[in-house]
Amino acid sequence: MNSFNAFLSARTRALILAGALALGAPVSAQQSAETERALDSLTAVVSALQAQVEGLSVAVNGAAAQPAAQARAGGTYMNVGFVGLTDFGWSTEPDVESLQVGDHDPRVRGWTLPNGELTLDGAVDPYFQAATSIVYKLDGDGETGVELEEMYFLTTSLPGNLQLKGGQFFAEFGRQNTLHPHSWGFADQPLVLNRMFGAEGLRSQGFRLSWLLPTSFYTEASLGVFNSGGETASSFRSEESPEIHGGEAVERGVHDARDLLYVPRLSTSIELNDTQTLLFGASAALGPNNSGTGSDTRIFGGDLYWKWKSARAMQGFPFVSFQTEGIWRRYEAGRRSAAESPFLPILPAETLSDAGMYAQLLWGIKPLLVAGLRAEVVDGQGGAFESALRADRQRVSPNLTWYPSEFSKIRVQYNYDLRPDIGVDHSFWMQIEFLLGAHAAHKF
Amino acid sequence: MRAHRILAVLIAALIPTAVGAQKKLNVVATTPDLASIASMIGGDRVDVKALAKATEDPHFVDAKPSLIVTLNRADMLIDGGAEMEIGWLPPLLQSARNTKIATGAPGRISAAQGIKLLEVPATFDRSRGDVHALGNPHFLTDPANARIVAANIAGHFAQVDPGSAAAYQANLARFQSTLDAKLTDWQRQLAPYKGAKIVTYHRDFIYLAARFGLDVLETLEPKPGIAPSPAHLAQVIAAMKGANARVILVQPFQNRRTAETVARQTDASVIEVPQQPGAIAGTATYVDLIDHLVAEMVAAFKAKP
Repeated sequence: MNSFNAFLSARTRALILAGALALGAPVSAQQSAETERALDSLTAVVSALQAQVEGLSVAVNGAAAQPAAQARAGGTYMNVGFVGLTDFGWSTEPDVESLQVGDHDPRVRGWTLPNGELTLDGAVDPYFQAATSIVYKLDGDGETGVELEEMYFLTTSLPGNLQLKGGQFFAEFGRQNTLHPHSWGFADQPLVLNRMFGAEGLRSQGFRLSWLLPTSFYTEASLGVFNSGGETASSFRSEESPEIHGGEAVERGVHDARDLLYVPRLSTSIELNDTQTLLFGASAALGPNNSGTGSDTRIFGGDLYWKWKSARAMQGFPFVSFQTEGIWRRYEAGRRSAAESPFLPILPAETLSDAGMYAQLLWGIKPLLVAGLRAEVVDGQGGAFESALRADRQRVSPNLTWYPSEFSKIRVQYNYDLRPDIGVDHSFWMQIEFLLGAHAAHKF
Repeated sequence: MRAHRILAVLIAALIPTAVGAQKKLNVVATTPDLASIASMIGGDRVDVKALAKATEDPHFVDAKPSLIVTLNRADMLIDGGAEMEIGWLPPLLQSARNTKIATGAPGRISAAQGIKLLEVPATFDRSRGDVHALGNPHFLTDPANARIVAANIAGHFAQVDPGSAAAYQANLARFQSTLDAKLTDWQRQLAPYKGAKIVTYHRDFIYLAARFGLDVLETLEPKPGIAPSPAHLAQVIAAMKGANARVILVQPFQNRRTAETVARQTDASVIEVPQQPGAIAGTATYVDLIDHLVAEMVAAFKAKP
């Protein structure tokens, strides 16, 4: 307000000066008296105007019209954010990609840029919200790849506690699958998710209808219906399925509703006390695969998340959280000719069973410092074809993450990798992440 | 028999708690200070719940699923309106799917409406720390702002529940006159210390300082959201010695040990002053809270003149 006053009084003075100049230089005594009167009345008018403008300005300030708000609303009707993730490290396994299967994991000895994610989100209108994330990444050879990771709308005003999501998005299976690398507690994706959902996680094009049940505690039921094809539906009609079953993938179109992918989920949560929360869920992913013309895949999972946060938490610390997921897959493989060579024997119709789990503990020691420990095991049963993707593996990963601020992250992680058929490998990764623009709030 | 009992419990859980409850407005506030003011205005016609605990840092509340349920059942939501809750409220609202509390609905109250926010950044630059784009959100440490917030709440209550408009208006008048009388008293108590230098952990007492003519000399955080570094603390200590600042304000969730370290080297006293009613004993309501705040400050200024 002070600067405003200063501005107005400067204007008053300028007006008076301009008035004086306009009235001309050579003036008689009478003229000068008139000029003075004219100036006085001008000054009075300007003062009155000044008071009026001040009143208006008070009213405007009262409506909280802040310059920042104007800048934000005027510039854009959406939140724009960018997350840059860089990895650096070494592994005793020269072919790092055979250990680190995830697409956003460190992939080579040296530097990896596995995730440069542009996120846009906001309200579309009173009925829809929308979000998208476009991911840029460099592969092991430094080639840039681009993917439309997610792009979806979300209804805001359906009746009956229902909500519809549509577009391309991560299927709501368990906890970890829907998380973007920025929210991971570790530098890499759990092995069991790589195994069941491929390098990219389970996502596809479709709809998801969710219902918040009218129970006194949180219970949500949802059903996702998706296209069952493509690279990111790796356990289903994916061209990359030969890596699982070793046979030629069959052309299998969509003929009826049974050819789609269904992902039901039920999750519930209770407050154990003032500082502890428990969340658990059960999910399934059911759909056709392309190892044969009539073969299906069924994946079932259970997940549990427990968190303690101090009642006197500062910046959300200290806390301790425990997260675990167990996933089981029954992959019906049809009778198929070997993909590698037509001269190899025909692979028989068989059921490929895979199971795996991880458990991770995160301890937020003090503001912006987190220690983590994760243990994992994956196991594949049966199969005429020896798939590297289904081999038994175990991994233990301690790590330490320091957040210089809410918008940057420095993480060090050691992986002890045991592949019973191959041996033990050691990897050491350092991860640095930065965040620009809007910071999407984290779900629980 | 057992199965029947389990079934009965399940059915009971499925029936919303509407049966037996009065037709009270179900009001949810993001923080306990807003909840306290809402209770004053709503009286026995509203049920008020706060999402954040009084004892925790309100910038970093977990978006727990139980809060989704609370928001799903709310008739009204009062949020700060200055993005203090930006890290946790949006995903809760997205999951709560409650149009009654959507932005712009009569059931949604933005507390900052009508308040002149301080420290509105002219440019957005995070090298200055985590500065809130709309301005400093800790405006309720100035009791004069509570007056505006209360009027705003009463207006919305009357809109959503016109039958009780007169009652809300009467409660508002009572609350405001209490507040006016108290404010005169608080100003009288703090008048002798006008111009006194104080140090805070975060920039969370600037509105209080502006109201009572105090001067926030330094903060223990070098920049908002950035942890105190030894180099910065050395600077704070030097500045405190130079300006004879002898009082450090910390909220109960902030790192008191850091404040004590600085206090030892500057012969200052550390006072624990929450901003949320109920965070410590004797601060059940908003007015009690400011009473406590003023009393603690007066005592500290007296002890360390």
